[in-house]
Amino acid sequence: MKAVKLALLGTLVAMPGAALADELNLICSADVVICEKLVNEFEASHSDIDVNMIRLSSGEAYAKVRAEARNPQTDLWWGGTGDPHLQAGQDGLSAQYKSPMLDQLQDWAKGQAEVSDFHTVGVYSGALGWGYNKEIFEKKGIEPPKCWADLLDPALKGEVQIADPNSSGTAYTALATLVQLMGEDEAFDFLKKMHANVSQYTKSGSAPVKAAARGETGLGIVFQHDAVSQAVSGFPIGVVAPCEGTGYEIGSMSLIEGAQNPEAARTFYDWVLTAEVQSLMPEAGSFQIPSNANATPPKEAPDLSTIKLIDYDFAEYGDADRRKALLARWDEEVGSLPVQ
Amino acid sequence: MTSRDNRRLDLILAASLFALVALPWYRIRSGFFGLEWVPDFFSSEKLWPGLLQALNGKWQLLPILVLVAAAVGLRVMRKPGTRGAAMIAIGVSGLAWMLAEGLAIGLRGWNWGLLEALFGDVSGQPAFGAGALMVVTGFALMIAFGAAERGALKGDAFVLGAITLLILLVAVFVFYPLVSMFSGAFQEFDGSFTTEGVRRNIVDPKIWSLGCLAGGNCGVAWRTFFLAICTATGTTLLGLVFALVATRTGFRFKKSLRLLTVLPIITPPFVIGLALTMLLGRSGTLTNVIEVATGWELGRWLYGLTGIWIAQMLSFTPIAFLVLIGVVEGISPSMEEASQTLRSDRWRTFRKVTLPLLAPGLANAFLIGFIESMADFGNPLVLGGSGGVLSTEIFFAVVGAQNDPARAAILAMVLLFFTLSAFLAQRFWLTGRNFATVTGKGDGGRHISLPKRVAWPATTIAVAWAAFTITVYAMIVFGGFVKVWGLDHSLTFEHYIRAFGIGWDEGIRWTGVAWDSFWTTMEIALLAAPLTAAVGLLTAWLIVRQNFPGRSVFEFALMMSFAIPGTVIGISYIMAFNLPPLQMTGTAVILIACFVFRNMPVGVRGGVAAMSQLDGSLDEASLSLGAGSGRTMRKVILPLLRPAILAALVYSFVRAITSISAVIFLVSAKYNMATAYIVGLVENGEYGIAIAYSSVLILVMITVIGGFQLLVGDRRIRRREERVSPGSPINKEANA
Repeated sequence: MKAVKLALLGTLVAMPGAALADELNLICSADVVICEKLVNEFEASHSDIDVNMIRLSSGEAYAKVRAEARNPQTDLWWGGTGDPHLQAGQDGLSAQYKSPMLDQLQDWAKGQAEVSDFHTVGVYSGALGWGYNKEIFEKKGIEPPKCWADLLDPALKGEVQIADPNSSGTAYTALATLVQLMGEDEAFDFLKKMHANVSQYTKSGSAPVKAAARGETGLGIVFQHDAVSQAVSGFPIGVVAPCEGTGYEIGSMSLIEGAQNPEAARTFYDWVLTAEVQSLMPEAGSFQIPSNANATPPKEAPDLSTIKLIDYDFAEYGDADRRKALLARWDEEVGSLPVQ
Repeated sequence: MTSRDNRRLDLILAASLFALVALPWYRIRSGFFGLEWVPDFFSSEKLWPGLLQALNGKWQLLPILVLVAAAVGLRVMRKPGTRGAAMIAIGVSGLAWMLAEGLAIGLRGWNWGLLEALFGDVSGQPAFGAGALMVVTGFALMIAFGAAERGALKGDAFVLGAITLLILLVAVFVFYPLVSMFSGAFQEFDGSFTTEGVRRNIVDPKIWSLGCLAGGNCGVAWRTFFLAICTATGTTLLGLVFALVATRTGFRFKKSLRLLTVLPIITPPFVIGLALTMLLGRSGTLTNVIEVATGWELGRWLYGLTGIWIAQMLSFTPIAFLVLIGVVEGISPSMEEASQTLRSDRWRTFRKVTLPLLAPGLANAFLIGFIESMADFGNPLVLGGSGGVLSTEIFFAVVGAQNDPARAAILAMVLLFFTLSAFLAQRFWLTGRNFATVTGKGDGGRHISLPKRVAWPATTIAVAWAAFTITVYAMIVFGGFVKVWGLDHSLTFEHYIRAFGIGWDEGIRWTGVAWDSFWTTMEIALLAAPLTAAVGLLTAWLIVRQNFPGRSVFEFALMMSFAIPGTVIGISYIMAFNLPPLQMTGTAVILIACFVFRNMPVGVRGGVAAMSQLDGSLDEASLSLGAGSGRTMRKVILPLLRPAILAALVYSFVRAITSISAVIFLVSAKYNMATAYIVGLVENGEYGIAIAYSSVLILVMITVIGGFQLLVGDRRIRRREERVSPGSPINKEANA
């Protein structure tokens, strides 16, 4: 009997990961489906490397990497808005690496690498906009907003959701975009007025459009590709690129300084920048623009050439002090207003 | 006696020496138990044992060598009985020195600027490894054995050793993390001292503002407090209604009612919140029905404190019920009979006798509801709306874009202050009162049934609430089988297949996305459960059976960890165990330790209850027949404690699977837990898989608990024989 028990216990303990292989500890800050797709594809083509993936939002990921600064447990951080990646580069948390794939990338992706002195690189990009629930707008008989200015329409009272820029990179991108588009004072004026229409500042960046998809709110200010993926899964979501112009994110990737498996991390780094891999992304419901110039962009993706993009200053708005000042002002002038 | 004294001293000395010369002193990155380090043991400097490290420039280890050598000298030169004090001195100075050097010298040299200024540079050192930990244990046992040789506690080395090790463990896993968290509030992330963060946060109006009284926003501390009061009041009242209906009415479905109360306890977090949004959200099923029927527009009332309150009522009413049913059943019917004999009617009796007797139980249920609501994390995350509560604010202070550990620490202190105050109130105010209901006199007679004017409303409320709970769970089951919840309700197995698919390609391939976290969860829950039970019962035995100075402080310190909310534990663990001297983040050990020390208080309580039912003469018989206390424990006490053991096993197993607030900070790429994985799914709107996964977890837990229950049943049959023996009254209810 004892032997049987021991044997059972033994198999239980030994079950996961019995094979000895190289390891790669990956933080993935994109949608969990995309993360799993990447890992499965990578493991299928690199049977000698075992990937341990964890999905964390870009804020969580940065917090984890920073908390482990003196003793990194992560090798590679893939995805999520560029700001925390740039921040990590500035703090010396990520390692410098010039991938041989760099030449094949779009200019904005290379730009991200150059701005950070090759501590990070762009892997995808997406423009800011919003998704609205067509059914709700039809029922209420409101015209869907086309421009930032339309969001102040009193008919939208209680229908708008956007994330809290304190907790979400998406919302911070929106804040920085408005500041660059209108000027700082005007932007805060705009946000204060828009507050009358906002029903909730969510914690996670893409939550507003998910709420809109399920009819919990009328409209969510998010990255357009997040809105597209809701529309593709069948929800009645319309995607809008604001007429005044809009900001964008560069989803990035960084190698962690002092990583335990730098070899495996670099293998993944180069692999994930190839056109073949990036062309696979739409299968996993990712509708961002791939960074490899030769990759086929998903046909549902918003066409960047038809969107009026502002010349987003990643260096200035990625800077820690600037960011802190903007967030503090947001807290004081917008966050402190009574909840609607 | 003396030969035994020498024998056990030899044992720890041998172990310490072995650790010093043959085990790697520092932590190995690839893990100690993998044994991959063995081939490189001599070639790689990092793997060297303590002795070689000390000779190779790590001067901070020299005092440890000296102390161990002194202990060996003591063993050779002096006889047992004359060396106790010296042994204690060696043990204490050994522990103190290891603590000091471990904390002072980090990975990159001195941890504090002051020391660097005083002593100049020093090379850094990694965290303690197998060798260091074994030597620490050796020093701790040295203190215990020294005390035994001096005759403390009748010279019982086993008891002294157990106490010393437990104190060491609790200090490391409960108090050290809390201290690190508070000191972390005063640190920049590079380690230098600052009070800026604390000063800024401690007066932050976002925490303390009372603006809502004047039409503005209230601070998060007051919101949380207000919510906790509402939840505690609501769950207590509902729990009371359920308890009264279950015991004092002719209600027919009492059994099913009890079953309903188990469900929320084994439901993974978020699930209730999710089901509520699908039912009562702006586009929820029920909302639509009401809107069509009445023409009102209900809107988004669910998000915010109201929604959290409803979800918490669903989740925590069962706990209040379980607390109250014992009290309701425990009231001596003779009091009520006396009242009726004195010609009070049933309503007056209920009001003037039954309710006042219930007061301590009500207060107890209230406080538990208060603590649970304060600590709740899953429901506020789903339903929180714009304003969070303390536990979610702590989470976002750490992981959000603001990333402010000082803020997290301050918020954690506020939360801890609330829960500990409640806990202290319960300890000091209630324990004295509880005895009032237990009369000890003959409890003949039956409970009177409820007066009509109470019975009808109570039954109605209970039935309505039960129906609501059933609807919520029906939504949950349903949600796992539809394509896109809320949009496309065609039935499908797709979610289950994606989560738990199995492929066949040269052996089984676990193709489902959930398998990784599922196996990790099972592995960790199954490892944590027996450890929790063991530590809990050992502690219970020490508290009930042993009399040592500081016992009540010891008990209090252990039980205190029950009042520390999970979020606080999670954040304090990463702050404490990410850097030397103890480094465990990213391993399974930190998860297991978290579960063991978080759930142990329940094991202790169960053990204390069960153990006080066993007559002390059993131990005495064993002791007087010459068995040591270790042997008595193993051969006499443990076999009699099987129900308590199994209860502790079930509880810690379930909690290890369903807890989220602490776990979310501690999971890593390699060890991801089911709940943390489900949170990710929910965040991304993958409700179908999240619910499918949760349903499978519920089924697994029911199966495992069912298995445990069978074993407990086995024990109950044997109890009948024990009842015959006088002096061991066994009260089933106290055990439950």
